[in-house]
Order: sequence, then structure tokens, then C-alpha cells
Amino acid sequence: MRTGVIAKKLGMTRLFMDDGRQVPVTVLQLDRLQVVGQRTVEKDGYTAVTLGASAAKAKNVTKPMRGHFAAANVEPKKKLVEFRVSEAELVEVGAELSAEHFLVGQHVDVAGTTIGKGFAGGIKRHGFGGLRATHGVSVSHRSIGSTGGRQDPGKTFKNKRMPGHMGDVRVTVQNLEVVRTDADRGLIMVKGAVPGSKGGWVTVRDAVKKAAPEGAPVPAGVKSAAAPAQAEAAAEGGE
Amino acid sequence: MNVIQQIEAEQLAKLKAARPIPDFAPGDTLRVNVNIREGDRSRVQAYEGVCIARSGGETLNANFTVRKISYGEGVERVFPLYGPVIASIEVVRRGRVRRAKLYYLRERRGKSARIVEKTNYKPKAPAAAE
Repeated sequence: MRTGVIAKKLGMTRLFMDDGRQVPVTVLQLDRLQVVGQRTVEKDGYTAVTLGASAAKAKNVTKPMRGHFAAANVEPKKKLVEFRVSEAELVEVGAELSAEHFLVGQHVDVAGTTIGKGFAGGIKRHGFGGLRATHGVSVSHRSIGSTGGRQDPGKTFKNKRMPGHMGDVRVTVQNLEVVRTDADRGLIMVKGAVPGSKGGWVTVRDAVKKAAPEGAPVPAGVKSAAAPAQAEAAAEGGE
Repeated sequence: MNVIQQIEAEQLAKLKAARPIPDFAPGDTLRVNVNIREGDRSRVQAYEGVCIARSGGETLNANFTVRKISYGEGVERVFPLYGPVIASIEVVRRGRVRRAKLYYLRERRGKSARIVEKTNYKPKAPAAAE
């Protein structure tokens, strides 16, 4: 399984394709996405890569985290996510991932945190029908109605859908089609909607329920082969 | 300009270059040539009627509504201005109206639904002329 990527949701637009289709797309941006660390079987008992996205000011990063970034020789990152990968697909530390990690036409799963709605009633939260507008209903037009039995079973069952906090949960949308990628600007355009607000972080990875894309870069779509070495040299020069 | 606006501006420039949009306004009678795909074949069908509304301004998401009376029944079609379904747009007649949205035409038939022809039309700029 290849690594996924961390992306920032920029918003939605539509694309007019050359074949005459119009496609609603969500634009996701890869911002200075680098490999910050590796997990190996010898050391950690499993294999994974830690990716970091976007640049954080050094003064806003804790000293222990600064140590980790220094060890990996990368700039401090705002957002860190670990992706489980197989041993063959480990990416070397410092490599910068490009939007060409994904192929046009392949399917991806996108996970993000949905927009929080606060405390919501049954109608908004679960799509309940509410009570009637007339026929003697007073005050409780949007109430949830009955919650269960009578003397038998004498209780309301666990997990009965009720009002409560809605949104602000991690949601994965599966099998979204990649419509276009733009390596220069680091953009991935995915058909359809993606959880979260504009500017929110999402993770994108190959769709679990589709066959692995053929011809996709393995272990990952790195920004040119020489790029990691250059980035390291630049980082060393900067320090 | 943020990235989304950039993407839209690039598309807009490309689509405008591929198919110029004539200068038209609500009240004008248009002939919209629509691409129709039937299986593998595609052909062009003309849809002629009065433009009763435009929305979306100069953006990629701009629409316009064309109303016509077809076999005694009013028909309205909303087209995306830059949509690939449109092969071309021709202005048949320029109308003089005092509203941006001519929804009042929906309640009218025949004589009262007529629009006076605009006699003093001047193209906005040489580039915008048909």
C-alpha cells in the first residue's frame, strides 16, 4: 500500500473538460509536503512514513518537535500525519512529494474533519420528520417524537438516535475520482465534495475498494529524483 | 487572487478564445445552437427564443435563460454561458426592455408579450462586436 498525502482543502469549482463534460471538483493543495520520519520493523515493530505539510514558524514549534525536525533535516511543519506503508514503499526522509503521486482517472479516499454544527436536533442531525404543523401539536413541532417501548421493554434502547453534537468528526469519503493534477502548483482536483471547511487539512490516499492504479509512481511521486538531495543541501546551507 | 480564482480565470480565457460570446442582454432574441449527442453521433440543434435573464456576470459560472413558446406551451432553458453544450450563440434581434429579469413575460401571451426592437444599439467595443 502506497503512502497517502496531506492536503489543504482550497474550495470547490467546476471544470469544463475537453470532451464536453462539466465536472464539479474540490481543489486540494500539497504545500511543501515532505517525509519527516520513518517507522521501521526493527525499531518500531511496523512500517510507516510520517509526512509533514506546510511551514511552521520555528518559534511556534516546541523544542522537542524542533529536535525531531532537525534530526530529519527538514523545515518545521504545521501538520504531521503518519501513513502505514509496506516495507518496499518506504520513502526516504526529506523527499518532497508532488501532486503527480496520483494519476488522473484513479480513485482516492479522502478523510477530513467535518464542519461542526454544534448541538443539533433530530431533524437536522438524523433527518427525522418532526411532528405535524397542526392537529393539536403544540410547541414540539421539531421534537423527535417517541423514543421506544412501553412497559415492555420498559427502557429506551441504547444508540437511539437523539439530538446532540453534530459535525466535527473525522469522515472518509471513498472512491473519489482524480480529475486533474497540477504538479507546478501542487494541486489535486477531485470530483465531488470533501469533508471539512476551506483551509482545512485532509488526507488523500489510494482508494481501498478499487484496484491499485497501474503505472502510479512507487514508492511515491517525489518531486524529481535530485530534489531530496537539493532540499537537504539547502536546509543545511540555511542553518 | 487565490488559486481557485486563478483556475477559473485560466479556464475562462481558454473558453472565451475557443468560442467568443456575442454581446447580448435580456430582451434580445437569441438562436442558441446546442450540441446534441445521440449515441455516437452528435448534431447541432437550434433553440430560438427571448433571453429573459442573465446571471453570474463575467464569471465562469454565468448562466442565461432563454424562453420560447413551443406548440403553445412556454419553455425555458437555462444554459451555462461557457458550457460545452453550446456550439454557438447568435443574436437575432435586439429588444428594448426596462428590466434585467423579464419574468413578467411568463404571465403574458401573444400581443402583450411582445418586445419592442431596440433601434439605437451600438456595439460596446470593437472587440465585443459580433
